[in-house]
Amino acid sequence: MVRVDGKGSGALVEIRSLDKKYHRGGEEIDVLRGLNLDVDAGEFIAFMGPSGSGKTTLLNLIGGIDTPSSGMVRIAGDEISKLSGRKLAAWRARHIGFIFQMYNLIPVLTAFQNVQLPLLLTNLSKTERRKHVEAALDLVGLTDRMQHYPRQLSGGQEQRVAIARAIVADPSILLCDEPTGDLDRAAGDEILDIISRLSKEFKKTIFLVTHDPVAAKRAGTLLHLDKGTLLECTTDGEFACKPEDSGK
Amino acid sequence: MKFLHLVFLNLRRKRTRTALTLGSFLVSLFLFGILMTIKTALGSGVDVAGADRLIVRNRVSLIQPLPFAYRERILQVPHVREATFASWFGGYYQDMKNFFPNFAIDVERYRLVYPEYKFSDEEWRAFVEDREGCVISPPLAKKFGWKIGDRIPLEATIWGGTWEFNVRAIYETDRKELTSPELWFHYDYLDERRAFFKGLVGWYIVKIDDPANAVEVAAAIDDRFENSPYESKTETEKAFAAGFANQIGNIRLLILSIGSVVFFTLLLVTGNTMASAVRERTGELAVLKTIGMNDTTVLFLVMAESIVVAAIGGGAGLALAKLFTLRGDPTGGMLPNFYLATRSLGLGFVLALAAGAAAGIIPAMGAMRLKIVDALRRV
Repeated sequence: MVRVDGKGSGALVEIRSLDKKYHRGGEEIDVLRGLNLDVDAGEFIAFMGPSGSGKTTLLNLIGGIDTPSSGMVRIAGDEISKLSGRKLAAWRARHIGFIFQMYNLIPVLTAFQNVQLPLLLTNLSKTERRKHVEAALDLVGLTDRMQHYPRQLSGGQEQRVAIARAIVADPSILLCDEPTGDLDRAAGDEILDIISRLSKEFKKTIFLVTHDPVAAKRAGTLLHLDKGTLLECTTDGEFACKPEDSGK
Repeated sequence: MKFLHLVFLNLRRKRTRTALTLGSFLVSLFLFGILMTIKTALGSGVDVAGADRLIVRNRVSLIQPLPFAYRERILQVPHVREATFASWFGGYYQDMKNFFPNFAIDVERYRLVYPEYKFSDEEWRAFVEDREGCVISPPLAKKFGWKIGDRIPLEATIWGGTWEFNVRAIYETDRKELTSPELWFHYDYLDERRAFFKGLVGWYIVKIDDPANAVEVAAAIDDRFENSPYESKTETEKAFAAGFANQIGNIRLLILSIGSVVFFTLLLVTGNTMASAVRERTGELAVLKTIGMNDTTVLFLVMAESIVVAAIGGGAGLALAKLFTLRGDPTGGMLPNFYLATRSLGLGFVLALAAGAAAGIIPAMGAMRLKIVDALRRV
């Protein structure tokens, strides 16, 4: 279940009265204002909204790579806004997988080595790491490109490596920031197919930021973010957003 | 350790830049190694000087002699156990470039004052019995392929003419700093054949009963010869050796100055390199933090890169310096103990690592403090 009215309880992701302000040139900009969100495990949510509406900021706050100005972000029982830097890093490694628009692979590492990176922070043996990496690359259909460097891969393949890197440590939540934004339609569809599969087959909780209505339709829930507030919308045809106090 | 391969891969990204940084460490540590070798060579006399030995020389300068007759008067000074003497000969073999230290010694007592040089009784006896006999050091024997029984002609720069000697003994010692190329021969042979300075010696070496009495004995000896035509200056062997080395200049200050400039330049070069590397990889560092690498690990990752460069470049520079010194004294005898000591190698390597760490710390702190969100925005 997904709620934006702040009345849910016990959800995997609980966000309450979340504010995020930026200071730019002496001016204070309210990006998120009093935002509430409850998301149960296994949900696939798409965030849409105009540029600067706070979609990526919300994703960063859920992923613990940014800190709120006020409010609370609790994920799987951990109030991450109160964790220290070291604990937050360990928490991210355990719970979150990030997929970026620009892939952000390390160019000097092969596909295999890029995917292996998150596992180097664990206590897994070399053999175990290899198994996990091969499984992740198999899932995204790139077992034959393991030893290729990012420069030897197409954009779509690079993004598939990035997805493999995001899932290799088996996180419960995947945060996807416009993962198809830099790809053509065919490659983008392949990526969306993989993300949908991760949601349906592997029951990952997925947050997808996108400008693309076609991509948003893959999600079970579409949330529209505008002027720092969330509205739940239907994902078919024209947006029809429910009032803020409704639940699903 | 799991990320060590990433450190090496990062260094391979900009090979020219890495090679130049490695080169700066290599050249700097090579220079350091050579300077330390020179310092060791010049100060080797200081290192081997006996605490219970004093040197008595002419107050005017070392090249002015002292009377042979002073020996008996020195022996009368309280706390003096033994006194012997030596004179500089200044000969060379065939060519000036083959110069090595050689001097005439008091055959009867020299061995009593310098017990650290070991001889077989047979060889020593042969030397004592042959007025034209000489003792050589193992490096000198090795350098010219000389062996017991060989006859050696030396050209005398001070006394003139060609002087011939018979190799009668090769000393042994377990102290490496004592094994410089050198030759000793009979003072009597020198005094008999030279045309001037007859009855005079270069300097006296005085063995005393206790190093604690050195100041008292030195003052007593100098008092004894005050207002004479040959006033003396007595000092410990260590001070004498240090003074001898310092005739060239303040070597320690020179090395410290050059070392400081080199170290500072290394900091600038490597610091700039590392800062550029971190700037270029801002996005990647952010990704590493995003996947769960903590700030401290990021700090060490950047530091490790800088330290690895320092270790490889510095190590290579020191290895080259060691190889260079293995060829021996390049000055033809001015620096007989020309070798790079293990202690200097260790010091050089530690300094290289310190330079690497110091150069990497600021960029590494920057990487550590990097905010993921800000860094990702720059990608």
